[in-house]
Amino acid sequence: MDLDYFQLIDRIVDLNLGERTIVVEAQVPEKHTIFEGHFPGFPIMPGVLLTEAMAQSSGWLLLGVLKFERMPFLAIVKEAKMRGFVSPGQLLTIEAKVEHEGSGFAVTKAKGRIGKELKCSAEITFGLTPFPDPAFRVHMDAMAEKIGFPMQVLKHD
Amino acid sequence: MSSTFDQIANIIAETCDIPRDTIKPESHAIDDLGIDSLDFLDIAFAIDKAFGIKMPLEKWTQEVNDGKATTEQYFVLKNLADRIDELVAAKNAGTGA
Repeated sequence: MDLDYFQLIDRIVDLNLGERTIVVEAQVPEKHTIFEGHFPGFPIMPGVLLTEAMAQSSGWLLLGVLKFERMPFLAIVKEAKMRGFVSPGQLLTIEAKVEHEGSGFAVTKAKGRIGKELKCSAEITFGLTPFPDPAFRVHMDAMAEKIGFPMQVLKHD
Repeated sequence: MSSTFDQIANIIAETCDIPRDTIKPESHAIDDLGIDSLDFLDIAFAIDKAFGIKMPLEKWTQEVNDGKATTEQYFVLKNLADRIDELVAAKNAGTGA
């Protein structure tokens, strides 16, 4: 989890395009200035960052479903629930599934856990648009490689 | 069973917090009800789910942008209801349109 660059997902554990599900891991750093203010003496992951982590997990899933031909942009967050504290140093596991693929949009449901304990959940809607800039697509390819996106599954779907 | 228009109107009222009695068959979703693209996305999700279809919003938008259709054909609610009925009929006929 690179909080400074807003890259919250470290590793794709499983991507199942048939089932339209993904499981990712995100290692919460031990130290970061965010935790100095949120909160002094009681550092916890801000709910907006947990929500963003669920959105990024869903985003990687949708990139797979869309074969990287379109980019999902966050549009609507519903029923975002912060069910428990997530602390520095913990390993967050996020699972997401496609709830609906519409025309130009998609809806996912995501859940974040520490171990087996459910910590957050949300229903998230994305607008799906062509990549606005070729350099952006190149960046996403590099990010995909970094987090272990299984490119081979795109060829077999 | 309620009509397609009634189902759409109920979805719009709930999704956009618009009083149900102000939503008429002649209402234009954008011009009269002030529904923006983000709210319409939410409405589209609810309609897709309720009717088991996939409204071809991108195709419709392209047709309007190309001058091949007017927004009234798709966004006046009685017309939208007709389009949805057509999509449901196509689905039931197995054409997948």
